[in-house]
Parts: sequence; C-alpha cells; structure tokens
Amino acid sequence: MGGLTGSGIRNPILNRRIAAFRANRRANVSLYLFAVLFIISVLAEFVANDKPILVWYDGKPYVPIIRTYLESEFGGDLEIEASYRDPYVAELIMKKGWMIWPPVPYRYDTIDYELDVPAPAPPSFSHWLGTDDGGHDVVALIIYGFRISVMFGIVLTVFSTIIGVAAGAVQGYFGGLVDLLFQRFIEMWSSLPSLYLIIIITSVIQPTFGLLLVVLLLFRWLSLVGVVRAEFLRVRNFEFVKAARALGVSNTTIIFRHILPNAMVSTFTFLPFILNGSIIALTSLDFLGLGLPPGSPSLGKLLAQGKANLQAPWLGITSFVVLSLMLSLLIFIGEGIRDAFDPRREAG
Amino acid sequence: MKPLLSVRHLTKWFDVGKTGPGKKEVLKAVDDVSFSINRGEVLGLVGESGCGKTTCGKTILRILAPDGGKIVFDGHDITSLAPKQMEPFRRRMMVIYQDPFGSLDPRMTIGKTIAEPMIVHRTVSRSDRRERVAEIMGKVGLVPDQIDRYPHEFSGGQRQRIGIARALATNPDFIVADESVSALDVSIQAQIINLLQDLQQEFSITLLFIAHDLSVIKHISDRVAVMYLGKIVETAPKKRLFDDPKHPYTQALLSAIPVPDPKKRKKGNILMGDVPSPINPPEGCRFHPRCPQRMTVCDRKEPKQKEAAPGHFVSCFLYD
Repeated sequence: MGGLTGSGIRNPILNRRIAAFRANRRANVSLYLFAVLFIISVLAEFVANDKPILVWYDGKPYVPIIRTYLESEFGGDLEIEASYRDPYVAELIMKKGWMIWPPVPYRYDTIDYELDVPAPAPPSFSHWLGTDDGGHDVVALIIYGFRISVMFGIVLTVFSTIIGVAAGAVQGYFGGLVDLLFQRFIEMWSSLPSLYLIIIITSVIQPTFGLLLVVLLLFRWLSLVGVVRAEFLRVRNFEFVKAARALGVSNTTIIFRHILPNAMVSTFTFLPFILNGSIIALTSLDFLGLGLPPGSPSLGKLLAQGKANLQAPWLGITSFVVLSLMLSLLIFIGEGIRDAFDPRREAG
Repeated sequence: MKPLLSVRHLTKWFDVGKTGPGKKEVLKAVDDVSFSINRGEVLGLVGESGCGKTTCGKTILRILAPDGGKIVFDGHDITSLAPKQMEPFRRRMMVIYQDPFGSLDPRMTIGKTIAEPMIVHRTVSRSDRRERVAEIMGKVGLVPDQIDRYPHEFSGGQRQRIGIARALATNPDFIVADESVSALDVSIQAQIINLLQDLQQEFSITLLFIAHDLSVIKHISDRVAVMYLGKIVETAPKKRLFDDPKHPYTQALLSAIPVPDPKKRKKGNILMGDVPSPINPPEGCRFHPRCPQRMTVCDRKEPKQKEAAPGHFVSCFLYD
C-alpha cells in the first residue's frame, strides 16, 4: 500500500465491494442495461419529439428542441411557434434546407391526426408499438413515462431516506424514553391505511408531482426507520463512540461523524428496494387514476389504458413488459449491492 | 503536597432490575472507594475481572455518573458538574482504552481521530492542527506519513499507539489507562508500557493505570491499589506492596504471579472458588468466603481501612 494516498486506493473495503458487485454478472448486466435505458429516457427530448433535432435553413442551423422559433422565421405567415410536423412548415424548410428528426418523431402528448385506423392504432412503421386511445405514440409515452417514474422514485427515495435516517438516528442514539414514545408513534402511524388516505387526499386536491411526492412521503419514510434505529443502537455502544463521548464531543457531532458513516452500510443496501417500492406506489396511483395530472406520461396510466382497451393488447403488453423489466432490473441491482455489502461474503 | 486527584467514598451502583415483588436489586460495582493520586504519580489499580476497576475509572472521569462520594480534581469538586462546566476538565482528563480495535472509528483516518480532541476543545488552531498531530504521532512512535491511513491498516500495537496519541492530543494532566495493554501480545505489551512510562515522565502526567496483570503493574506503578468486589482492600507504595503484602487477598494474588522457571514452583496459597456476585456481595468482609485466614468476626463486620505502616493502608481485621 506504501505511500499511496489516492482516495480510490485508500479504501480497500469499498474496492472489494465494487469488485464483488462486478463479479455478480446478473447485477452487473442489469446495472448497465438500466443505465442505458435511463440515459435514453433522460435524453427523451432528443429521442422522441415532435420537433426536429436540427434544422438547416437558409445556410443557418436551428435547434428547435432548445430554442423556440416562430413560423415566420422560416418564411411562414404566422407569428407563432413553428409546427414542424405541419406539412406546410416542413415544405417551407425543405425548400431552403433540411431537418434531422429524432428516431421517434412524436412527443408523449403529440396527437397523430393522420392515423389510417381509429385510435388505438396497432403497431406499424410510423408507430412501432402503436398508439393509445388518444392517438399518442406508445414508444414516446414509454420513454417519457420511464423517466418520470424513475425520477419520481429517486426523489421520493432521497427524501424518505433523509427523513427515515434522521428519525431512526434520533431513536437509536438517544434510546430510552425517546425511543419508546417514537416507536409507539411509528406503530400507530404505520397502521394507518395509507393507500386509502392517499386516495382520499388526492381525490380532494388535484394531485401534482409535488403533492404526490409529499403525500407518498408521509408513509414512505417509515421503511428505513427500523434499520437505521437498529444500526444506531448497535454502533452507539462501540467503544469509539464512548471514547468520543468521554472527550466531550457533542451529540450531533457523534451522530454525524462517528455513527452515521458506520450505520450507512446496511441502510445503503435498502435503497434500491425503496426506489422500487416508490416507483410501484406511483404506478399504482396512476393506474387508479389518482396519480399525476391528466396529460402526463405515465406507465401506470398506460397500464390502465391497456385494461380499458383489451381489443388493443399492445397497450397492456407493452406497459407490462416495460414495468416488469424496469422493476426486475432494479431488484437485480439491489440484490447485487446487498450481496456485495454482506460482510460474510466479504470474508471469503 | 495536595494530590491532583482525590476520590472519597465513591460509589457506583447499577440497577439490575427487579427480581421479586418490591425487591430491587443493585450491582455494587464501586462501593465506598477512597484513594488519591499525587501529581506526576502512577497509581496502579489491580484486581480480578469484574471487580469494578473499569467502572471506577469511568466514574472518576464522569463518563458514568457517580451515585455517591466525592471526586476532587486539582482542587475542584467535579462530582456533579453539568456537562458544560465539565468541559474544561475533560480536556485535562483523558482515557486510553483496552480494545485497540473497537476504540478507533473505522471510518476516520487516524489523523482525524487524533485531532478530534483538539477540535472539540479548540486547543489548536485549524492551521496548526496537522502539524501538531504529526508531532504527537512522532512522540508515540508512529510515522507521521501515516496520518491519512485508516485504523484497519494498523496492527494492534500501532492502534494502541494511536489511542495514546489521541489521549495526549490536548496535553492532559491526568490519564486513565484502562487495561491498555491487556489486549496485546506480550512482546508488544512491553513496548507500549515503556512508551507510556516515557511519555508519563516526559509530560509529567498523572496516570491511573488499571490492569489485572500484576507484573505489568509492578513495572509501571509508583503506588498500587488492590481492588476486590468493588472495594479497595489495600493501598501501598509499590515496593512495600510487593515485598510485604498485608491483605490475604493481595498475598494470594502475588503468589499467583507465574514464575518463568519450572523448577521454582511456589507453594503459594491459590484461592479456591470464584469471585462472588457483586449483586449480592457477602456480608462483612467481602473476601471472607475465600479467605484462608478467616476469623469469626469477618462475616459479621466490615473491616475499616487502617494504616498498617506509613503510606500502607489495608482493610483487614488481621491488623486491628
């Protein structure tokens, strides 16, 4: 090891864990696959959009996805944003240049008025996975829906982790009466029928991304409290914590500097599963029609459409395949992380 | 000369819960213990495991709250100071732990571990901190280049040096070394004891050295206190205690020191039985059930501490 101080080299425990994760082929492949899907969905605007990626008009480049151009700028009559799917606008542009379209030339909210069959249209060359009953392209819906699901899941996981860790830390560190009262409160809180409450709240107030987050957060944070509390109860009796206390180190400092880093390992292994649960929670609300506001892309809504349109099996099948793929990948990644952090495996 | 630390009738009892209706049981870990340590002196505190040595050390440092008695440190009564008022004393009283593995945070570099007391007590400015840590590391025989390493990269002996460095970080007057060498190999033990001794002399630190190993105690102490079941049974200058032990328990302990010569096997009085439970300690003298020189009075009355010779205190009816 001599003399090396690079942080990557200094922490052999982490290195060994990464190696253990890499050795798990299923988890490793899942991680790469999920990363690719996630990157595609993050770049959704460039993959599925009703605007071209690049317009070359009259010797100048235009980037409609990033900036708004008026129709008049391309020689049209109207002082409104150019509608590139409009054959008239397309013709104007093609006369003096060219356009590069994204692989899927529809946004999640683009309505295709030129369908040959009534919506929902079956898969075809223009709509790879067909359209839903509103004439929206399913591929576009899935790409945007995937993004909003994962984003929502990540944000919800981050916030519920912060609250859950804080609550568990306070309980575990102080113990005694604090722990006792808090534990009873959590028992009562967790025995509330959360889904009904969420349904009641969201049927009274029109749900938005933010509101849904808060409402789900009310119950999600509970999932980590137990683990963190147990970890804190364990670590707070270690001699180095007692040593810090004997030095006169303040409680806050002990919690953050000494206990939390040592308690985070087992907490960390829970995160992929919490992410999974968060995504499922949003999807089920969307499926019930109590989730994101109308017009938002959502896998849950697509699933509900599949149920409503059994004559159009591509809706149900697609949303089922995408959801189960996403959730399975996350579970495989989570299992990989959990096993990589398992000290009993590490010993070998 | 006024002692740096003086402990009077210190008691620390632990509730062990109820065993029957209306019966609350207590474990008398430290029961009416009195001693004092002079400035720059090394007091060895010796006794079997479970006799309350560690509890005694922790109570003196106010890591545990005392249930009775008085702790006077440098002329100040610190028995019941609030945490805030205790702070200036914490800087001057440090502890070195027994377990060189458990007492260091595995996720902190040793530089940060050693610097922590300085940060808490704001004794060294941020800019000088690293330099000071390196200096202390040099003092305890660590290579200052290792400042950014993690504890798991060190051996037990080296870790104990880190623990010592942490205890020295704020230039304390008083250190409790709680079984600081008993978790180490014998060869390492010698190094660490010598290091402690050197540092103690260099910085004229007052040391309470807690151990169960008499040969270690003999090496480092100026005076020795022998503890049995929560009580101190004998206190004497080292030489007196080892040459002329008064209390039957001390005599038994001394005769149990292994002699590295198979032909010179001593016939000493080996104690029978185990240490009784401190939850229900025996009536009278706590040692009487195992004492080879038991008298009739021993299970009725508790012996008082007497000065058998100048500076040699013993609690036994044999010397009444």
